[in-house]
Amino acid sequence: MSGAQLARSRPRVTIGRVSPVEIVLWSLRILVLFVVFAGTIGAIVKDRYTAAQWFDFVMFGLTIGAIYAQIALGYTMVYGVLRLINFAHGDIVMCGAFAGYFVASPLDRSGFLTQHPVMGMTAILAVAIVTSTVIALLTERIAYRPFRRVSGSGPLIAAIGVSFFLEQTFRGMFGSSVKSYPEPSWQRSTFGVWGFNVPRIDVLVIGLAIIFMAGLYLIVQRTKMGTAMRAVAEDAEAAALMGIDVDKVVVFTFTLGGAMAGIAGVFYAFVYKQVYFFMGFTPGIKAFGAAVLGGIGSIPGAMVGGVFLGLVESVGPSLFLDGLGIPAPYQLRDLIAFTLLIMVLIFRPNGIFGERMAKQRA
Amino acid sequence: MRKTLLSVCNVGMRFGGLVALSDVSFDVQEGSIHSVIGPNGAGKTTVFNCITQNLRPTSGEVWFGDERIDGLKPDGVAARGISRTYQNIRLFRNITAIENLLVGMHLHLRSNWWGAVLNTPFTRADERAAHDEALELLQFVGLRGRGDVLARNLAYGEQRRLEIGRALATRPRLLLLDEPTAGMNPRETSEMMAFVERVRARYEITLLLIEHQMRVVMSMSDRVTVLDHGTKIAEGRPAEVQRDPAVIAAYLGTAAAAHAVPA
Amino acid sequence: MRRIGIGRTGAWVTWRRTALVGLAFGAGALHLAAVGVLLMLHQRWIVIDTLSLGQATVLLLAAGAGAMAARGDGSRWLQGALGGVCAVLPLALLSRAMDALTLQPIFIALSPDLQAMLTLGLPPAAATPALLALGAVAGLVGAGLRAAPRLSRALLPGAVAVLVAGVFQELIQLMLQQYEGPIGAVRDFVYTWEGLTQEGAITVFLVVTLLAQLFGRATQGRVAAMEPARRRQIWAGIALAVIVVLPAVAGSYIGQVLMLVGLYILMGIGLNLEVGLAGLLDLGFVAFFAVGAYTTALLTADAPNALMHLPYWAAMPVSVLLAVCVGVLFGLPVLGVRGDYLAVATMGLGEIVRVIVLSDFGAPLLGGAQGVLHIPKPQLGSYTLSSPVALFYLTLVAAAIAAFIAWRLENSRLGRAWMALRDDEDVAQALGINLVRSKLLAYGLGAAFAGLAGSIFATMLSSVYPSSFQLLISINVLALIIVGGMGSLPGVILGSVVLIGLPELLREFGEYRYLFYGAVLVVMMRLRPEGLWPSDVRQRELHAGDETAALDAGADLLPARE
Repeated sequence: MSGAQLARSRPRVTIGRVSPVEIVLWSLRILVLFVVFAGTIGAIVKDRYTAAQWFDFVMFGLTIGAIYAQIALGYTMVYGVLRLINFAHGDIVMCGAFAGYFVASPLDRSGFLTQHPVMGMTAILAVAIVTSTVIALLTERIAYRPFRRVSGSGPLIAAIGVSFFLEQTFRGMFGSSVKSYPEPSWQRSTFGVWGFNVPRIDVLVIGLAIIFMAGLYLIVQRTKMGTAMRAVAEDAEAAALMGIDVDKVVVFTFTLGGAMAGIAGVFYAFVYKQVYFFMGFTPGIKAFGAAVLGGIGSIPGAMVGGVFLGLVESVGPSLFLDGLGIPAPYQLRDLIAFTLLIMVLIFRPNGIFGERMAKQRA
Repeated sequence: MRKTLLSVCNVGMRFGGLVALSDVSFDVQEGSIHSVIGPNGAGKTTVFNCITQNLRPTSGEVWFGDERIDGLKPDGVAARGISRTYQNIRLFRNITAIENLLVGMHLHLRSNWWGAVLNTPFTRADERAAHDEALELLQFVGLRGRGDVLARNLAYGEQRRLEIGRALATRPRLLLLDEPTAGMNPRETSEMMAFVERVRARYEITLLLIEHQMRVVMSMSDRVTVLDHGTKIAEGRPAEVQRDPAVIAAYLGTAAAAHAVPA
Repeated sequence: MRRIGIGRTGAWVTWRRTALVGLAFGAGALHLAAVGVLLMLHQRWIVIDTLSLGQATVLLLAAGAGAMAARGDGSRWLQGALGGVCAVLPLALLSRAMDALTLQPIFIALSPDLQAMLTLGLPPAAATPALLALGAVAGLVGAGLRAAPRLSRALLPGAVAVLVAGVFQELIQLMLQQYEGPIGAVRDFVYTWEGLTQEGAITVFLVVTLLAQLFGRATQGRVAAMEPARRRQIWAGIALAVIVVLPAVAGSYIGQVLMLVGLYILMGIGLNLEVGLAGLLDLGFVAFFAVGAYTTALLTADAPNALMHLPYWAAMPVSVLLAVCVGVLFGLPVLGVRGDYLAVATMGLGEIVRVIVLSDFGAPLLGGAQGVLHIPKPQLGSYTLSSPVALFYLTLVAAAIAAFIAWRLENSRLGRAWMALRDDEDVAQALGINLVRSKLLAYGLGAAFAGLAGSIFATMLSSVYPSSFQLLISINVLALIIVGGMGSLPGVILGSVVLIGLPELLREFGEYRYLFYGAVLVVMMRLRPEGLWPSDVRQRELHAGDETAALDAGADLLPARE
């Protein structure tokens, strides 16, 4: 009788080895689910907010989500191609916002922005895009390229250094005070749809974001450069052997990411109505979370992840936290976003869409 | 008849849609040298990973002695007496050779961190004993005098032997060697074979071996299991396996077949 | 370049390279001007009415460009001069632009003061040629120094001495002000209140150069003859002596600075266990510091939201313990998160702590943005440790204990397990190392040191605010570990002195410290990733080297059978 058969004839021992770590992780899951469900029920029971208010939350969530989506694209593309968390990407967003500010502010003062909103916005966006792209390319050339073949935490630490350097450079050049973004009258106005007030700026941000992201998607899917980029993301070595110039692809990736960051910076500044040197940090980290949420390396994933994150952080405080009776829940909006980020990193580092998406690299 | 030390029962492993192993069973007798062979991608290393629980098998059971070990953590498997080496040498590259061996002794040291901070007599005795044992091992694997060299600066053959030494440091009852002669020329291969024999003789342990070079397999093994495409296609003494038509079919056209037939 | 340098193409390549090197330095100078560092440096005299630190910086950049550009193929001098000119060219253009436009409404640093500095007080027409000429001269000097290494080695000590005496004049004067008699006379000869006098600078230069010539060679030879380890021990000994003695001599300002350095050493040792040994890149480290500070505050403060009014010595261990608990609590969920993701996850955890502390949700306990006030100083019998110097010695003792613990751990079973984890997590586990326990010990012990630092920090400031616990602290600690050398204890000390102490001493520099940190992180990772003072390779085999030769000589791969 062979050992294999012997083993089979032994009573099957149930392997009930549950480690304490798993217990902690499960309690974490349960806690979050509890907060979500109990909070939602509480919010429904309390019925504190009107339908119009809920609509506002959702609208704001979509707006900010569209911005996160655009930032997340930069993370996801760079990660796809270089396997690097571009820690400074949030600061590239800040650079775009600043550049936009220095165009928007004189245009607003002269009344041009109010009279010719389309031309004004085009100018603002164009300058922001160019600035962000140039800075993104400079960082790539100076700080990231030498680390192309380095593994370990070196590249990330260098990226953190770049982030600080950019922030402090802008602080030194333009001061540490918070500058308020211009707010032309057409931006403040709203229009009614089915009895809800829809702010124009929200529609503008969402609409333009959809257009730009669709454009980016087409570029990545249809153009020769986009195909090369996807090839490098799949297997950089093989792509290089096939004659693809990896340097060019990286430059292309940073160009696209920088451009999206510039647009996102202007929008973010218009929504929050201010610019300052540290403004890129929080949306940057959140958008990174969104990129991981959607499966890092995946372009559609980043878009979906960004919108999802925006919705959760906008609706969440009122829905989950207020329902539990937590005071001033809107202050904890970042808490929700960061919790989501951590939960994703712990439980679904491949993203919520699982491996299928993660495989289907940008 | 000798006792069964390890038995792999109907183990299956799938990654998503990909089936890496299906229904693989074999037993390893205590004190024997057992080889697992098969063409590239046959699932040999996956079997190792399923035994050491670096991968948790999706079906089947793994028994070690009287204990079922699938579902344990890898450190639990090591504590029960299974140790391994890797196909592509995985030493701790940034610490010295002797420290690699000391890490291998982790399981058998009893000192804890506050003992280390206070430098208690117990800790000192523990460390001294470990150090002596490490020196002995260093001598055994032929690296005496190279102990303070960073592992990454050792020569290839030295790295291979150090990795085996590190595995021995855990005092295993079963040692899993994943292609110990990979990348070696015939002379180095012979030396490695002699070395493996000495390991068995000195430490009286059971060996489970993945090998590519048929010369090694045929001359050393007591028993051979052949895998192809994740399933077991043959098992037996080397001479039996060599004549097995299924094995010849699996290897035909590969370089290995050329070695296998004339031997 | 020489080989292909036939005819015009090769020459053009060489000159283009020269110009690019110069312009790269020039871009650096322009950046310094745009962010305001240059003007800040200009406001400090090295030699009074002669040379400001800002001017020295520009000249050094130009000289550096000249030295880098001069490749020594024939036209060395011309290349040096061109490099120097290119290095000041952006500044000259900036100065011209500032003549034409008022840029200050946008670029706040481009002030008339900066313009005055760049024009050297000359009229615009003369200023640009003058600046370029200065650049050329500096470039020539740079090229010359590169061409004559022995000369530059002879001049270096004197120049450095003048620079140090000028830059730290405030500090040195503070230390010397109590003296009368001969020391006072020397002080008055060398210094005025604003910087070195001209004759003082020349004297310092000459004296130091002379001393270096007389004794330098001999000392250098002796130092070179020493083993590297021994040399380092001596350096560490000198540094330690300075750190221990200096505050007692130099008074409370230095005491305060060194105390801060000590706190960062304490935190650096903690983070070093996590990052340097166990390879866990933790950017939420500041949370442990905050826990230590807030626990001490809440347990001792004379404030309405305080929980108790314990004496400091009772609160300190509780703070450390609680920090350990939080460390373990932090570590548990992220046990399975690897590599770069771990950095982001821990940063998220740190931010969560900060958001909670700042919110109304945590305010009833933690005091919101106002924090907790009126934390008492520690008592030692009837003596209150109220002066910065006394608190510095407390920090020093704490740091010494932490360093001792870290040193012992590093060479223990646990330390080896951590290093194994850092190098290869899977293999470490397959060798029987318990991942959960080892990682949690790393988080817990790291947190303990940070908690201790936080506790001392709270009593030092007498109050705690959320704004003291930003991500910046984590980055500071990370930066000092990287500058010093990951996993290296003396590296932590060196890193703290360089990154925390120096900017504190150059007070006006403090504003630009993070700019400097950012650049340092990138540059270190690029040029010297192992740090300024990397950890030694531990020598564990007793008779290392004895048999190496024999083994290397023998072709025999394996020893014969016993």
